[in-house]
Amino acid sequence: MDRLDALEAQSVYILREAYARIEPMAMLWSLGKDSNVMIWLARKAFLGHVPFPVMHVDTGKKFKEMYEFRDRYADEWKLDFKREVCPPLEEIDPSLPPAARSAARKTEGLRQAIAKHELKAVIAGIRRDEQATRAKERVFSPRGETGAWDFRDQPPEFWDQYKTDFPPGTHIRIHPLLQWTELDIWLYTRREGIPIVPLYLSKDGKRYRSLGDADITSPVESDAATIDEIIAELGSTNTSERAGRAMDHEHEDAFERLRATGYM
Amino acid sequence: MKDDGTTTLTADQLKGDALADAEIGDARSLHRIVIVGHVDHGKSTLIGRLLYDTDSLPPGKVEELEAVSARRGMAIEWSFVLDAFQAERDQAVTIDTTQIWFKTALRDYVIIDAPGHREFLKNMVSGAASADAAVVVIDAAEGVREQSRRHAYLLHLLGIRQVAVVVNKMDLVGYDEARFKEVSKEITEYLASIGATPMFIVPISARDGDNMAKRSHRTPWYDGPTVLSALDSFHGHPGVGAQPLRLPIQDVYKFDARRILAGRIESGSLAVGDTLLFSPSNKTARVRSLEAWPDDCRPESAGAGEAVGITLDEQIFVERGEIASHVENPPKLSTVFHARLFWLGHKPLSVGSRYKLKLLTQETEVTVQSIERIVDTQTLEHASGDTVERNAVAEVTLRSRQVLGLDDYGDLPKTGRFVLIEDYDTVGGGVISMEGLPDQRQAVEVKSTNVISVEHRLTADTRAARNGHRGGVLWFTGLSGAGKSTLAMEVEQRLFAKGYHVYVLDGDNVRRGLNANLGFSPEDRTENIRRVGEAAALFADSGIICITAFISPYRVDRDRARASAPGRFHEIYIKADVETCEQRDPKGLYKKARSGEIAQFTGVSAPYEPPVAPDLVVDTASENVADSVERIVRYIEKSFTLQKGEEA
Repeated sequence: MDRLDALEAQSVYILREAYARIEPMAMLWSLGKDSNVMIWLARKAFLGHVPFPVMHVDTGKKFKEMYEFRDRYADEWKLDFKREVCPPLEEIDPSLPPAARSAARKTEGLRQAIAKHELKAVIAGIRRDEQATRAKERVFSPRGETGAWDFRDQPPEFWDQYKTDFPPGTHIRIHPLLQWTELDIWLYTRREGIPIVPLYLSKDGKRYRSLGDADITSPVESDAATIDEIIAELGSTNTSERAGRAMDHEHEDAFERLRATGYM
Repeated sequence: MKDDGTTTLTADQLKGDALADAEIGDARSLHRIVIVGHVDHGKSTLIGRLLYDTDSLPPGKVEELEAVSARRGMAIEWSFVLDAFQAERDQAVTIDTTQIWFKTALRDYVIIDAPGHREFLKNMVSGAASADAAVVVIDAAEGVREQSRRHAYLLHLLGIRQVAVVVNKMDLVGYDEARFKEVSKEITEYLASIGATPMFIVPISARDGDNMAKRSHRTPWYDGPTVLSALDSFHGHPGVGAQPLRLPIQDVYKFDARRILAGRIESGSLAVGDTLLFSPSNKTARVRSLEAWPDDCRPESAGAGEAVGITLDEQIFVERGEIASHVENPPKLSTVFHARLFWLGHKPLSVGSRYKLKLLTQETEVTVQSIERIVDTQTLEHASGDTVERNAVAEVTLRSRQVLGLDDYGDLPKTGRFVLIEDYDTVGGGVISMEGLPDQRQAVEVKSTNVISVEHRLTADTRAARNGHRGGVLWFTGLSGAGKSTLAMEVEQRLFAKGYHVYVLDGDNVRRGLNANLGFSPEDRTENIRRVGEAAALFADSGIICITAFISPYRVDRDRARASAPGRFHEIYIKADVETCEQRDPKGLYKKARSGEIAQFTGVSAPYEPPVAPDLVVDTASENVADSVERIVRYIEKSFTLQKGEEA
């Protein structure tokens, strides 16, 4: 087995464990490259089916290309698609720095969607290599009723035995892509021929490495206009993938605070 | 841009010309390394420095580190790279497992930083259990400390066999060769005592980069590899393909017309047409197909590590928890096993406690039958005790409610380990040993086919009417030396004198004839008891009172004997504690067991499972033989004799 085969098999195992043990749950679809890979893996795990809802928590501020992508593939992939709307900015903690406050809308939208559908778990496409706080995550990560993440007292997780026993009121985040790197995502996307939003590819010397809300996400300098070129580019850069995501950089611990309250 | 007017593109369309750099484009091999060691011996510093030396830090990170370190009034602190949390920086202690990537010319690495503080064992285990290799960091000035030993022991218990040691902070001891040799000797001796050998011992100063990426001129006496070249010389994953097939079933899918069994092959391989045996249900069926998506890439075979979906040629009932194997080389079946476990629970583990066990996809309730010993991971001394505290390691015997499919950890690690759950939380993990215990599979199989029972024309009532008593089995169980044979022979004599039809089946006598082909292996012991149970049932059928005198230590064996003589089986617990039996030692067996001449001796080196609800308990430690015989005879008269006017 090569590295991509091994990653694929591990993610399929995680998705099957989640489906066998937790119900009801939904998969979060941010429309980005990672969650596209995640849906692809679900179709592998369940032999062509995605046996749970796929949910887009919509800030209403995504790029036009992202919405076009969503509408096309929700249909083409025969997803049980659900769009959930985020509350207006005015309802969000005004003490947060501006970009983080904007991102926190999504956290609140997610919290409301979880409550509305009475979900016991959501499957999210975060990766350990994205950001130092995400590196601390578990594959099955329990949250309290408020969605808070207690990173100081996480359950032990070893030998592929995930936490599947919970007191009532606990909510679980499941992270099937935790072990993948940004490069793995691109290599797998290329190998499997998985569609992507074209904003990832260079236009006029710039491209998006990570996609968020249109108003708080910036492109990076890049001439990579194909996936092959992205892969070559990643082999020679040390710049952080989330460098273009404003909310991470407003304060030393801004992202940590976002995550502790339930941000992905 | 696509013809249909949307702006989405597929990867094929996006691929550039074929000139992409093949080397960069290939997925490189990935190694997972865990770094362990005593608190403050410099693990996080080592990792921060490794990232710096392999040019893996993002631009500006070094400047940022300098700034953050200066704000806290410290010189550059490499460990801040990993200690991502505000809380951790303030406490200056790593509180959770962190994973971080770097690469050498040879391959990619994920480094798992494991915390050194004793309370954080569960996080250390979470990080270390998935590693390919380990680095143990030891402070040159402090030498081997409590956590150095404990972590090394746990790494070994978790199955990590590739270990390098770095002796850090050599600058604090003036790069002294003698001190390095002293520390090397200390850790090598400890590792040897648990059966491990360090592949390298490297003298370093992580902070200053000595012997990290480049050989240091400050240690001219050292001619071994640097830390980076030591990491590069570790091996990849050991092959599990040649091992016996183990495919635990995760789920059964019926999304369409297909009925698909889903699971991941933990070891071995399978192909379309293979006959699979499912454990513990013991059913078999052939593989009709290996399903996949997209549909056009259905494989003919699959190997270890692959997640598969199979269909079978027969619709047998199989569910999550079964383990598929080939018919030859199946897992063992058992309701009892020994384990070496590490305990993470806040409440101590104690004899008699119940937990949920998870072994691959199997789940069942287990009871702690006994705690053989508690292992001090520092001194490796063994202590006895009734409880195992948090962060301790112990050897225990567990009994499960349902039959489990399992393997010896030494044979097949993936099917030979488990976790325990209490109140929703994982409280421990352990590895299995079946040493001295029988595989219960033979006992459940009926090998002959086309067997049709013929009915007797005489009924049990007819026989009882002539004999004046019913037939039945009196199953004496208890430790060697408890008095089973003595009492059986006395009781037989008394009953015979009273006119009963009675016969004793005794261990040594049966082994001369019926069971002459059996030895003392666990399987043979189980078979010995199985035959005695069947023979006793035949005696009972013929109207005779049959007394058996066998230690028969396992409940499962006695339960099977009970099932052979339904309604006519009386379990008599001949009870005496080990100390009393050992004092009596009529055959000199305890002496031999203590000296090691006899292995797996019940009560000394193998467990005895007392009856849960015996029909009669005879305590020979507090009662003399005459009184015991009297009580048993009275019990038999009451239970077996036909009273005047009673319908037989």
